[in-house]
This record gives sequence, structure tokens and C-alpha cells, in this order.
Amino acid sequence: MDLVENYREELRFARKPLGRTLLVLLLVALALLPWWAPRAWLTHASKVWLLSVGVIGQNLLMGYAGLISFGQAGFLAIGAYTFGHLRIAGVPFSLSLAAAGGAAGLVGWLVGFPSLRLKGPYLAIATLGFGTAVYQIFANVEWLSGGRTGLPIPPLQPPFGMARDTWVYLVYFGIFLLFTGTAYNLISSYVGRAFVAVRDSDIAAEAMGVNLSRYKLLAFAISSFYTGVSGALMAQYLGHLEPQAFNISESMTFFVAVIVGGLASVEGSVFGAAFVVLVPAMLGSLRGAVPVLFGPAILSVLIFEPLGLAVMWLKTRLYFRLWPFR
Amino acid sequence: MARFLQYALSGLSAGSLYALVALGLVLIYRSTRVLNFAHADMATVGTFVAFSMISAGMPFWLAFGMALLAGAVVAVVFYFAALVPAQRKGANHLGQVILTIGLAFILQGLTLYQWGAEPERFPFPLSDTKVWQVGPIFVSELALGTLAAAAGASLVLYLLIQRTRLGLAMRATSENLQAAQTLGIPTRGVLAFAWGVAASLAVVAGVFLAPSSFLDPFFMLDALFKGLAAAVLGGLNSLPGAVLGGLILGVAESLGGAYVSLEFKTSLAFILIVAVLLVRPEGLLGKEFQERV
Repeated sequence: MDLVENYREELRFARKPLGRTLLVLLLVALALLPWWAPRAWLTHASKVWLLSVGVIGQNLLMGYAGLISFGQAGFLAIGAYTFGHLRIAGVPFSLSLAAAGGAAGLVGWLVGFPSLRLKGPYLAIATLGFGTAVYQIFANVEWLSGGRTGLPIPPLQPPFGMARDTWVYLVYFGIFLLFTGTAYNLISSYVGRAFVAVRDSDIAAEAMGVNLSRYKLLAFAISSFYTGVSGALMAQYLGHLEPQAFNISESMTFFVAVIVGGLASVEGSVFGAAFVVLVPAMLGSLRGAVPVLFGPAILSVLIFEPLGLAVMWLKTRLYFRLWPFR
Repeated sequence: MARFLQYALSGLSAGSLYALVALGLVLIYRSTRVLNFAHADMATVGTFVAFSMISAGMPFWLAFGMALLAGAVVAVVFYFAALVPAQRKGANHLGQVILTIGLAFILQGLTLYQWGAEPERFPFPLSDTKVWQVGPIFVSELALGTLAAAAGASLVLYLLIQRTRLGLAMRATSENLQAAQTLGIPTRGVLAFAWGVAASLAVVAGVFLAPSSFLDPFFMLDALFKGLAAAVLGGLNSLPGAVLGGLILGVAESLGGAYVSLEFKTSLAFILIVAVLLVRPEGLLGKEFQERV
């Protein structure tokens, strides 16, 4: 958009005073959401934040590193169940969250090994197999999934006599900010540029001195860490875990969110997560008609702007740069 | 040994349906480089059309023909109404894949709305309780019919692609779109035809799968993922590979369920596929990825 003259400017988040002011205002408004918005918005907004973390993870893998995964529901389930079992054992929230991310990240690193040889749709189907396997394991092994009754997650205890949904919202918003900030820093660092180089041409990247196996595995590990954390937050949000929550359609939701939001764009991932949460929620009163209207919503976004909501947002910003159009 | 043959046979019969789904997916992937996630729902729509017509008292073969047509119409309309405009705007392949997911949502919603979520019994002229004994194994009428239908459909597709002018145009278009256009081939029409044929193949699979399970709006989803796996196993741009992949997947799944673990038979099949892909990253018969930097 603007001419970037040096590395420090490239790293800066909002480049103009006006942009910075608007960003701060937006963040303050979102942080104070529990005090001005209706109660029903809080649950939807919390869901957007928790999903955003996972979608950013998927976008780091798919948009930046160019590795397609249909197995996100598997990482989500691993994160959610690790978190659930630790919480039941009495481990504090933050430690359980880190462990959930760590477990998913470790498995992601292992799942990444086929990516060293497979490409495009072949990798997608291999990871689809991983997602199916994880689902079947949780559906069939009772001591992991808590059997027929599922796994109940103890709720968060709010401090200072705050309302529970307010506290949950603030915690989720904080975690979302932390992970979004990390993602922005990651993609403007050596690691992010290595991902992009691998995506654009892995042979050329290797010739330029990027260690292919290290960065492909790293992309899988980071992405599944994000997804695992998202799964843990989802477990806390649902309050009750059943394997059915992590079937193939969950992977599809992530996939849709990434593409509708815009590939290789962190803010696009947030838009995409908001899209897949808020569009069905807005249509919620129509019950059975949700898929019939959600489908056309996806189609119309992608036919109107195939590069997703992020590019739509960029074009809007470019248009208003000349405001007030004298 | 008899047990082995029996399970291998039921695997072959299931695998031939996966092969039909995989053939359609490969046909679409070869021509437009899109993985079609609406394949299952196109088949479901066709199967439900057949179901309604048979319930209204029409003969089976007429209903079957109309079902094939219905599936093909859905695919062709989708191609012209959604894929072509998106391509004009410069959509990448992943964006087009998401378009098919959107179509899947729409078709699922419409089938739910039109036919309801209640599982129905699909009236079918071949029964799966009527069996013949061949040596030590039992062959049901339905399994035999399924194998015959899959073999017939594959043969028709082979003749269409290898022996007709239209097939030549399809091969040319999938080989090099620009060159085909330059030579005067109406590529849009050819690609739309490929989508229609692929959807019809899926409807054949749907109609033959429906009698052995119950008919509801989601009955093809499992077959779709197996079909995707079979297509990848055989190589995503190879039609013979799709048939081979489907049969191998069906037999592997059936034998895995019989000898190792029934609950994990799908996972076992996928482990096999990942193992094969690690040795041959382009599938058994696929040729791709000859790229230059």
C-alpha cells in the first residue's frame, strides 16, 4: 500500500497516526464490549476470538507455507482433550492451555513428515486421513473421550466478582491478541519469509539456503500449536466434550474460514473466523435454512472477490485514502 | 481361505463404488484442477430424484436415467453459474475448491428441505439377501450388480474418452487449455460436459450404494472421502489409477476390518494410503509435478 523505505517501517503495525488512533479505539471498544453490548453478543464474540486463533494457525500453514491440511479437526481434538483431562486433574488454566498447544504442536510436527514428500491435494488427503484417524480414536477409546457421557470441563472462576461471561470474554480476547501479535511478528521475521519462499517455490527456496525440512516441519508445528490452543479454548467454551464436535466438518469450517477471509493474511483470518461464526448466528432464527443460506453467502463472497474478505478490506481502505475526494 | 475370499469380494464390491466416485473426481481434477467436495451431494440429489420417481410408480430404468440427468444438470449449472464467473475474476484453485464446499452446503440444505432427514429404504430391483454360492463363497445379487454397473460405467467412460472426437477434445483440454482454445475447441462446453459426466458417475455410485444403506441426505459423505482417498492413491490425474485405487482401497478396508480391527478400518485404509504415497508421492499411476524453477 505505502512505500516502505526501511525495515523498521516494514515492522511497524499501523503506519500513520490516524491508523494508529483508529486501531487503538477499535481495540479499546472491543475490550470494553461486555459493558456496552448485549449479552448475546458476548458468547458469539468469544467464539470468534477462539476460532480466530485456530484459523490464523491454519492460515500460517496454508497461506504462508503453502501446505494444505484437511486434518485440523484432529489437532483441535488433541488440544481440546489434553486441556480437558489436565483441567479435570486440577492443573491451572494457563498451564493446561500451554500443554494443549504443546501436545498438538508435537503431533503436528510428526504429521508434518509426509509433507516433505507430498504436495498439494496429495498432502491434503494424507492429513484428511490423520483427521479421520484421530476422530475414530476418540470415538472408540472410552478412557480418552470419557465414554458415553462425554468429558465435562470445569468452568473458569472469575475474580473480583465479575460476571462469568465477561471474564471468559476478556480472557479469550487477551489470548487472541497475544496470538495475533505473535503471528504478525512471525510473518515479518526470517521464519515467515522462509515460509513464503517455500510456498512460492520450494526448489528455489532450498537453493537460496532455506532448510526445507526444518521449515516445513516448523510450519506444521506452529500451525498445530495454534490449532491446539484454539481447541482448548473451544473445550472451555463448550464446557462439555464429545468426539462428534471434531469430525470432518470442523476441518471444513477452518478451511472455509481461511479462504473466505483471504489466504496469507492475518487480519483476513480474523474476518474469516467472524464470517463462519456470525453468518450462521445471524441466520440462527431460521433454523433449518442455515445451510441453504450459508452456502450462497460463501459463493457470493468468492464470486464477488475471489481473494477473500481481506482483499475487500484492502480495496475499501485504498478507496478511502483519497477522502474527502476533492 | 473362504473367509479371505468372502471379505475380498465384499471389498471389491464396495471398492467398485469408490472407484466410480474417484473416476468422477479425477475427471473434474484433470480438466479444471478442482477437488470437488460437492460430489457426494450431487450424487445424493440424483439418488433422491430416482427415489421420488420410483415412489411415484415409474419404472426403475426411467428413474435411473432421470437421476443421471439430474446430477449432470446440477453440475453443469454450478460450472456456469459459479465456477466460470469466479475464474473470470481470477480465483485460485483453493478458492474454487471452497466454491464446491459452498455448493455442498446448498445441496445438503435443499435435500433436507425437500426430502427430510428421515432415513428411507431405497426400492431397488436387485436384492442383497438373494445369494448364490460359488465354490466356498456367497455372492449376493446386489454385489454382482454393483460390480457389473461399475465395470459398465468405466467401460463407457473409457470408450467415450479414448474413441470419440469429444473424448479427444476432453483430453486436449485437460492437457493444455490455451492450446486447445487456439485449435478451436469450445473448451467451456467441453469442461462443462466433463463436470456433467463426473456427476452422472457419482449418481451411479449413489444409486447402487443406497440399497445397502439407508437413504438420507448425508449417506454419500463417507463414500466421498473414500473416493478422494482412492483418487489420490491411484494418482489424481489418471483415470485407470482411480479404478485401481478404488478397488485397492475397498479390499484393504474390508480385509482390515475382518482381520485387524473393525472400528479402525477407515484409519487402516488411510494409513495404507499414506504409506503408498510416501513411496510414490504422485499416486500409483499419476504423473504430475514436473516443474521448472
